[in-house]
Amino acid sequence: MAGAGFRPCGDFKQDYASDTRIFDTAASRWWCVAGVVLLCLLPIVSEYGGIDLKYELSLLIQVGYLGIAALGLNILVGFTGQISIGHAAFFGFGAFASPFLNNNFGIPVFFSIPLAGLMATAAGMLFGIPAARLKGLYLAIATLAAQFILQDFFGRADWFSGGTHGAPASPFSIFGFAFDTDATFFYVVLAYVVLLYLGAANLMRTRDGRALVAVRDHYLSAEMMGINLTKYRTMSFGISSFYAGIGGALYGHYLGFVSVEGFTILFSIQFLGMIIIGGLGSIMGSLMGTAFMVLLPEVMDGLTGALAGTPLDRALGLKDNLSYLREIAVGVTIILFLVFEPDGLAHRWRQIKAYWKLYPFSY
Amino acid sequence: MDWGLFVQLMINGLIVGALYGVVAMCFVLIYKASQVVNFAQGEFVLIGAWVCWFFLTKYQVPFFVGFLMTLAFMVAFGILIQVVVLRPMIGEPVISVIMVTIGLSIIFQALMKWAFGVFAQPFPPIFARESVAILGLEVRTVYLVSLVASLGIMGGFAYFFKATRMGLAMRATAFDQQVAQSLGISIRSVFAMAWAISAAVSAVAGVVVGVVNGVSSALSFIGIKVFPAVILGGLDSIVGGVLGGIIIGLLENLAHFVDSQWLHWGNLIEVVPFWVLIVILMIKPYGLFGTRDIERV
Repeated sequence: MAGAGFRPCGDFKQDYASDTRIFDTAASRWWCVAGVVLLCLLPIVSEYGGIDLKYELSLLIQVGYLGIAALGLNILVGFTGQISIGHAAFFGFGAFASPFLNNNFGIPVFFSIPLAGLMATAAGMLFGIPAARLKGLYLAIATLAAQFILQDFFGRADWFSGGTHGAPASPFSIFGFAFDTDATFFYVVLAYVVLLYLGAANLMRTRDGRALVAVRDHYLSAEMMGINLTKYRTMSFGISSFYAGIGGALYGHYLGFVSVEGFTILFSIQFLGMIIIGGLGSIMGSLMGTAFMVLLPEVMDGLTGALAGTPLDRALGLKDNLSYLREIAVGVTIILFLVFEPDGLAHRWRQIKAYWKLYPFSY
Repeated sequence: MDWGLFVQLMINGLIVGALYGVVAMCFVLIYKASQVVNFAQGEFVLIGAWVCWFFLTKYQVPFFVGFLMTLAFMVAFGILIQVVVLRPMIGEPVISVIMVTIGLSIIFQALMKWAFGVFAQPFPPIFARESVAILGLEVRTVYLVSLVASLGIMGGFAYFFKATRMGLAMRATAFDQQVAQSLGISIRSVFAMAWAISAAVSAVAGVVVGVVNGVSSALSFIGIKVFPAVILGGLDSIVGGVLGGIIIGLLENLAHFVDSQWLHWGNLIEVVPFWVLIVILMIKPYGLFGTRDIERV
C-alpha cells in the first residue's frame, strides 16, 4: 500500500502524484485486481463447479464484514493514535440501525446500510466529542462507558432493537433480486470491502489523512502546524464508527436476525486484537488480522479435535472448555504479537515479499 | 417512599462504595507509580477471591491462615506479572501497554472460569454470629467487617505513604522518575512493589465480596466500575479514588432506589456509573482531585 511498499531498483518517482499512488507498481495493482476477480469466481465454482465451498464462503463473508469494522478501528487507533474499547457496541448499533430503518420506515436495504453507518457515526459522536478534547487515554475510558451504555440501550430500547427479543433483518436486495444465500451475499460484502478499503486508502493520501497521521505522531507539533486536534480526533472517531456501522449492518442482513447478546466487551477486544495482529496503521493489515482472528477458533477446534481422547484432554477437559480456550488464545495472541511483532502481519508480509523479490540473490 | 429500603440501600452503597474505593486506590497506585492503566485490576480481585476460596475449601485451613496465604500468593503474583509482562513494555506506546493489560484481563478471566467453573461458590461460614446490633440496627457481621477492613486498608495506605521509607520512595518516583533514580531509589523495585501491593490489596476486596456474595467471575466487574470512580476522583489521586469509589457506590444505590420506587426501568444500578463517567468527562475531565496537565513547549 501507499508509501510503505518494497520498490524495485531504478523505480524513481518524478512527481508527488506518482509517489502517493495507492499501488506503487503496475504489477501490484494487477495482482490486486486478479485477487478480486479470483474471489468473484469462488461462489460460481461453489454453485456450479461441483466443489462445495459453502463453509469457506461463510468464513470469507465473516472476514469481509468484520474486516470493514476492523479497518474503521485501525483508522482510529493505528492512524490517529486514539484508543477505542467500545467498537463492538458501534458495530452492534449499525447491526440494529439498518433493520430498524428497513422495518419501520420501509427504506430499502440498499440505502439503509449506508444510513446505518451514518447513524452509528452520530452515536459515536455522542460519546466521542467529550473525549476528543482530551488525550487517548480518556477516549479509551469514554468508549468503555459507551460500550456498557449502548449494550444496556440495546436491551432496553424495544422500539429500536426489539429489546431482548432481538430484531429480524430482511435480506439485501436490488430490483427484487434478493441476495439471501452465502454465494450471492458474498458479492455484496466483496463490493463493500473493495469500496471501503479503497476509500480508506484514498483518505490516507489526502490532506485530512495526513493530518490524522500527524496527530498520532506528534500531536503538539501537529497543533502548531495549524491542525485542529479536536476536529481531527472527532473526525477520526466518526469515520471509525461509520465503518463499524456498515460492518454491523452487513452482519445483520447476513444473519437475518440480530440479537442483543453478541456485542460484548470481549468482541470489542477482539477487534483491537485484529488490528494489532494485522498491524497498526496498515490498511491491508486490518484484513489480514481479521482473517487471522476468524481462523483462530477454527485452528483451536482442529487442535482440540486432534487431542481428543489423549491423557492431556482427559486431565484438562479441553473439549468441554473450548470457549475459554478460545478466549485465552485471543489474549495470548494479542500479548505475543505486542511483544514479538508489534508491527503485525503486514510487516511480516512486506519482509516475505522483499525476500522473494531478491531470491536467490539476497544482497 | 420506603425509608427502610432507602436506609438499607444507602448502607449498602457505603459498603460497596468503600470496596470500590479500595480497588480504585490500587488502580491509582499502579497508575501513579508506573503510568500503566491497568485493565486487569478486576481480575486481581477475582483471582484473590478464588485463591482464598480454594485454600479454605480444598485444604480446610482456618480463615486467617488462608487469608494470609492468599496475600502472600498475590504479592508474588503481582511481582511476577510486573517483571514478566509489564517490564518489557516500559517505553512502549500507551496503546500497547493498555492492550497488554486488556490481554491479561481476558486470559485470567477465562483461566478462572476454566479452573473453577462459572457458578458462584459460597465461602464457608467464617463468623460465629450472623449479625450484631448497633444502635438498634441489625447489621450483618460481614458487612461490618468489610467496612472495617476497607477503612483499615485506607488507614494503612495513608501510613505507608506518609511514614515508611518504601512509601516515600514510591511517592518520589511518582513525582519525578529521573530525580528519584538519581537519589538512589530503585525504580524497578518500586514498580514491582506497586504491583505487588495493588494485587494483594485488591485481593482483600475480592475476599470480602466473596464472603458476602459468594465467589464468581462476576467479581471482576469491580475492575470496570473502578473507571467511573477514578475519573470522578481524578486519575492520579489516591484520595480521589477512595472518595470517587464511595460516591459511585452511593450513587448507583440511589439510582436503584429511584428506579425501584418510581421509574421501574430496571437495571439502572449497572449503567448509572457509566453515564456519570461521560458527564464528568464533559464537565470536569480531570476529576475532583486530579492534576490538570498543562503542556508548555
